[in-house]
Amino acid sequence: MILVELRKMFRRPRTWATIGVLNALPIVVAVLLVLTDLAPRPGQGPPFLSAVLSNGALYPLAALAIVLPLFLPIAVAVVAGDSVAGEAQAGTLRYLLARPAGRTRLLVAKLVAVLAFVLVTVVIVAVVGYLVGTTLFHAQPLGSTVLGGTGTGGAGVGGTSVSGTALTPQDITNRTLMAVGYIAVSMLGVAAFALFFSTLTDSPLGATLGALAVLVASSLLFTLDAASPIAPYLPTRYWLSFVDFFRDPILWRDITRGLELQGVYVVVLLGAAWANFATKDVTS
Amino acid sequence: MSGVIVTRGLVKQFGRLRAVDGIDLDVQPGDIYGFLGANGSGKTTTVRMLLGLVLPTSGEIELLGGRMPRAGRRVLPRVGALIEGPAHYGHLSGRENLALIDASGPGGSWRTRRRRIAEVLDQVGLAGVGRKPVKAYSLGMRQRLGLAGALLRRPELLVLDEPTNGLDPQGITEVRELLLDLHRAGTTVFLSSHLLAEVEQLCSRVGVLDRGRLVLQDEVATLTAPTGATVVETPLPDRVRATLDGRVASSDGNRVVVRGADPAEVNALLVGAGVPVTGLALERPTLEQVVLAATGASSDRVEARR
Repeated sequence: MILVELRKMFRRPRTWATIGVLNALPIVVAVLLVLTDLAPRPGQGPPFLSAVLSNGALYPLAALAIVLPLFLPIAVAVVAGDSVAGEAQAGTLRYLLARPAGRTRLLVAKLVAVLAFVLVTVVIVAVVGYLVGTTLFHAQPLGSTVLGGTGTGGAGVGGTSVSGTALTPQDITNRTLMAVGYIAVSMLGVAAFALFFSTLTDSPLGATLGALAVLVASSLLFTLDAASPIAPYLPTRYWLSFVDFFRDPILWRDITRGLELQGVYVVVLLGAAWANFATKDVTS
Repeated sequence: MSGVIVTRGLVKQFGRLRAVDGIDLDVQPGDIYGFLGANGSGKTTTVRMLLGLVLPTSGEIELLGGRMPRAGRRVLPRVGALIEGPAHYGHLSGRENLALIDASGPGGSWRTRRRRIAEVLDQVGLAGVGRKPVKAYSLGMRQRLGLAGALLRRPELLVLDEPTNGLDPQGITEVRELLLDLHRAGTTVFLSSHLLAEVEQLCSRVGVLDRGRLVLQDEVATLTAPTGATVVETPLPDRVRATLDGRVASSDGNRVVVRGADPAEVNALLVGAGVPVTGLALERPTLEQVVLAATGASSDRVEARR
């Protein structure tokens, strides 16, 4: 069943079109940076972007930071929102359930397929980012990489980071992998919202927009001082904490909180999705 | 309870609407069961409950000896279904669609999958369809592909909702022949339809649904049994009335209905009196007459409230 869902997902032209579009923006940004040599000042613009001119090996992180606020969540919400509602709208859901695919098994398979999409997408963005970064920018020998600091541009985290220390290539690789994993978990939260909405409606568009509405509301409330009491519970609150992997030593506090928060959202929403879907009258 | 489909007091309530109101279906092995009813009478909801898509409000369903929806995983692989028209993944070919749905549940071995797909595509007349994506199929081809999907695991029971929808007359005849072939090979067929003619040509038993209630369930042969009257066709209906004084039940133009279940006797009397007889037959009600007598107005009519 899981293999079937993966086949459906990755044989679909739309999946690859989405991933392609997702990679287009960082490539455009990279080309513009190379042509103009105008990097954002440290602390401004997407994290890491100011550092890439001096070290292209950091471009995977810049690429992820570019797509993280909008493109990546939209892609994940589209795919996850389509997972059940799309089958309902096409009418294939009734045939799957009468086959019988088993409602819980179907939901688990859909979840795994969405998870695979998230991982594949994040990894592809990182890999394409690395290729673009090392081709277009100077790929410094990583041994001398200095993050943050003033001269080469900070990691976009202001002056509070414990930066300025050199990281070994091994260190950079490890931290990049951890950051990729952290971003994947953050996207899983988006996927959980969209999957839950997807079991509520027969309209994939409705499910996707519902999940995006949650994210937009969360981002908006995050900027509002009056909402500060609930800020720690907003789903998007700790998304950018992946930057903390590049402080020295790694600042675990927000990362841990982010993982816990996403974990709670994922468990609660998937539980709700299951409870709803397992007893639902399928009339589509 | 024993039988292929048995329901007891099956009820489905959608909000304030009682879509299915206490029906007791009884489909026996070897039946071709026609499930008749106007649009909106609850046919589709009933079919969905049989297949575990809609959960009953109350009542019991037994499908191939298993209590639905709990036994779904055990019995549904032995059922082939076409529910409210076919549905496929438009960007994939027919073959890939069949392979995906076959791999989505128990009871379809991947070893035999390629062979089974080739067989059913041949059976429904799509053997040469190639790698064209389903979105390029015509309505009739999609219907055939849906039927192929239902046949993929040689089911003991076929549950078909409007299987000839979208087919041209030749296609309808082909599907009818196919269903009769499968039935001869031992498949029980549950055919939900609002096309009386289709059901009359195919089915051995019918159930008639009217506004969520099963108003009729019997053998077609019993329902359309002779009524005990003889239909006489004659150019001189008045002479018939004069000759068979008091036995004429009704007359309509050249068609006179005479009480008496022996056409030969009626004929002898009329010929003896010199009345010309151009046609003579036992009176049988058509299925349409039986069904219309058992049901009320069309249930998708919405009358103004006064």
